[in-house]
Amino acid sequence: MRISVNSWFKSGTPWVWLNAGAVSISVIMVVGLLGLIAVRGLDHFWPATVIEAELIVQDGSQRTIAGEIVQVEHVSAAQLISSGVDLPDDVEFAKRYLLKVGNRDISGSDFAWALDRHMEKQRYPTELMVLERREWGNFYGYLEAVKKDGDIIATGDEAWLELAGLMERVLSIHDQIYDIEKGEIGTINHGIERLRLRERGLALEGDIPPEDAAEIAAQRSEFDAEYEDIQARLSGLYQSFNRDSLIARTVDGQEIEVNLGKVVRAFQPNQMGLIEKIGFYFAKLWEFVSDDPREANTEGGIFPAIYGTVLMVLLMSVFVTPFGVVAAVYLREYAKQGFLTQTIRIAVNNLAGVPSIVYGVFGLGFFIYFLGDEIDQIFFPAALPAPTFGTPGLLWASLTLALLTVPVVIVATEEGLSRIPRSVREGSLALGATKFETLWRIIIPMSSPAMMTGLILAVARAAGEVAPLMLVGVVKLAPSLPLDANYPFLHLDQKFMHLGFHIYDVGFQSPNVEAARPLVYATALLLVMVIGALNLASVAIRNRLREKYKALEV
Amino acid sequence: MTETTATKTQPAAEPKTHAIDMSALNRDNQKLSLDQEEMCMKVDDLSLFYSEKQALHNIQLEIPKKRVTAFIGPSGCGKSTLLRCFNRMNDLVDGVRTEGQILLDGQNIFDKKVEVADLRRRVGMVFQKPNPFPKSIYENVAYGLRIQGINKKRVLDERVEWALRGAALWDEVKDRLQENALGMSGGQQQRLVIARTIAVEPEVLLLDEPASALDPISTLKIEELIYELKSKFTIVIVTHNMQQAARVSDYTAFMYMGNLVEYGDTDTLFTNPTKKQTEDYITGRYG
Repeated sequence: MRISVNSWFKSGTPWVWLNAGAVSISVIMVVGLLGLIAVRGLDHFWPATVIEAELIVQDGSQRTIAGEIVQVEHVSAAQLISSGVDLPDDVEFAKRYLLKVGNRDISGSDFAWALDRHMEKQRYPTELMVLERREWGNFYGYLEAVKKDGDIIATGDEAWLELAGLMERVLSIHDQIYDIEKGEIGTINHGIERLRLRERGLALEGDIPPEDAAEIAAQRSEFDAEYEDIQARLSGLYQSFNRDSLIARTVDGQEIEVNLGKVVRAFQPNQMGLIEKIGFYFAKLWEFVSDDPREANTEGGIFPAIYGTVLMVLLMSVFVTPFGVVAAVYLREYAKQGFLTQTIRIAVNNLAGVPSIVYGVFGLGFFIYFLGDEIDQIFFPAALPAPTFGTPGLLWASLTLALLTVPVVIVATEEGLSRIPRSVREGSLALGATKFETLWRIIIPMSSPAMMTGLILAVARAAGEVAPLMLVGVVKLAPSLPLDANYPFLHLDQKFMHLGFHIYDVGFQSPNVEAARPLVYATALLLVMVIGALNLASVAIRNRLREKYKALEV
Repeated sequence: MTETTATKTQPAAEPKTHAIDMSALNRDNQKLSLDQEEMCMKVDDLSLFYSEKQALHNIQLEIPKKRVTAFIGPSGCGKSTLLRCFNRMNDLVDGVRTEGQILLDGQNIFDKKVEVADLRRRVGMVFQKPNPFPKSIYENVAYGLRIQGINKKRVLDERVEWALRGAALWDEVKDRLQENALGMSGGQQQRLVIARTIAVEPEVLLLDEPASALDPISTLKIEELIYELKSKFTIVIVTHNMQQAARVSDYTAFMYMGNLVEYGDTDTLFTNPTKKQTEDYITGRYG
């Protein structure tokens, strides 16, 4: 027996099992993590059925409630009894629901806990309607009538049919208003601000020359006229936007009137078929990735955050790659290998281990307060005292993260450079190429896959980094995108939104935690997907380069 | 080519322990003498040190123009080191110091005025292992030309074709010039490297064991190529294969422990060496 155990050990089988086990555990953990956030996050967009029931309140009276079941749990009877709930003795556990009841404007809170045993006559009425509103969260209730210009035009079943058409109209008007406000008015504001800065700049230099003053005045009046025109169009749009409304009744009988302009979407989830639900699901999903956030980030989409994250990572790559590559080339190819270079190398490696918030502090202190202030003094005196670059923004965030990730790029590039066979260098030198020509034409292209590896690691690290960004440029809600159609198009000085920070903000800073929780998961999933996409793109580029410069294997 | 048939009849794996039968090689370049040659390079009292260790001891030697000169000797005797002195490849090794001179057309190549890149263009080198660049076949050959600033497509096309023909590779690759050079066989790669080197029209071609990593057929092709090329270039070849030295070279230098032991025309050196060490080596008593 001893011998057989011994030989089993020698055969290496235990090792194989151990290694395979470790791999499986890792895979299970990763899949589990992704699975959890995917299920929790994606579930949110599914149109849940709405339950209606008679809730028996403590004093024995009844009240009708309706809502989506968000969570189910089993609570021990002892716990409930100690908190003053009446329960028969033979019950050990009671089923409890967390219901999303909406109607925050009426009842004050979106969510309510209810014991299953206290909910009588549970039913799923098909006419029960859910309104997604721009303010006050969801509304749950019955549609009574729709009004056009203050007059009731339909009631009962007809009202629901009428509503669909009116909703379509009002949503298209909303899109027009949005385009005008974000686009045209944004452009005019931008132009007026540039005029103001120009005037101020001229004033700082001395007297404004009359021809400049006249030109500025002319342009300004042009903008003003344009603005008047847009304003007139807008007020017309707003009037027709606010024309229609609907009258709805909550399940416990209160009637409210809701302006259709305030409604994003009206639907009757209990009546929807599977196909309809799937359609609804993808519409919601699309809204999530393509729309602006609403209601303190607890509703709507997170498009600006995706945009900001991707743009920041791309900018960071633009900064970090040349810098890291040049540094690595010097360290490996030109610097004399000795104590000093070794020390620098160790220092660079250790930089990768510095906590990221420290980089944030450095970015704030050096980039923003020092460099940014200097830049403002020299290039943007007209805007002072309002800072242009002397305040957190996209440029500083990208630079801070570039600094954070430059060790990774240096190490990877050095690794790549050291792997280029000596024979290839000699081949180039023997043809009369100088060291620089050899580097530029042979060595750097050949080590480009290694540089891409460095960049991949840098992107992976930078895209998930939140702590330093909070100090150097990320905000909860940015009014405009950092890359748009207004000159100079890329607004390096603007603050931006970021998925990582969005998760933190929605999850922990939100006034409505219950409503925000699924969005935390959904945003986390999206962040993982964005990082994955960025990485896949880099890996694809690297593989192409590898194929092109595959190492000599003779 | 008559030599080829002669060499092909040689048993491929003839043991080195036998002296070489020069008459069987059917060489047409017999009766050469160093005294009558025009010289291309002159090595004058050259010593080389790796840090403290001396690798070459006062080498004195002249390389005749448009002839093939072979360096033979046991491993570590300094033959490659000497060869790498000719285009100052040893500069790349840390801690190397040379004394003495190497004259190329009367100019000392170690002189401060000499541009290394320029020297290396005039004295091309082919290494033991084929080292094509990970570029297309065309770009490999054009590399040295582009380095010199030649970028006109017409000129490049012409020179690339000329070089590939010169390296007896044109017919094999003319239809796939844009393919990656790393996809070629080892023998083709080595001929490509030779094409790349002759494309810049060097005066001297240094071959550092050019066939040692190749199979017998590729070796044969390289040897034929050397024979062709000597009409245009001065060739210096390092080889550990005495058969090869005897087949391809006009002159042979035997080195041992960093010293030049004997130098003379190949026939004499292999059939009638004057030094005992040379005789011991070529008859296989050591090495």
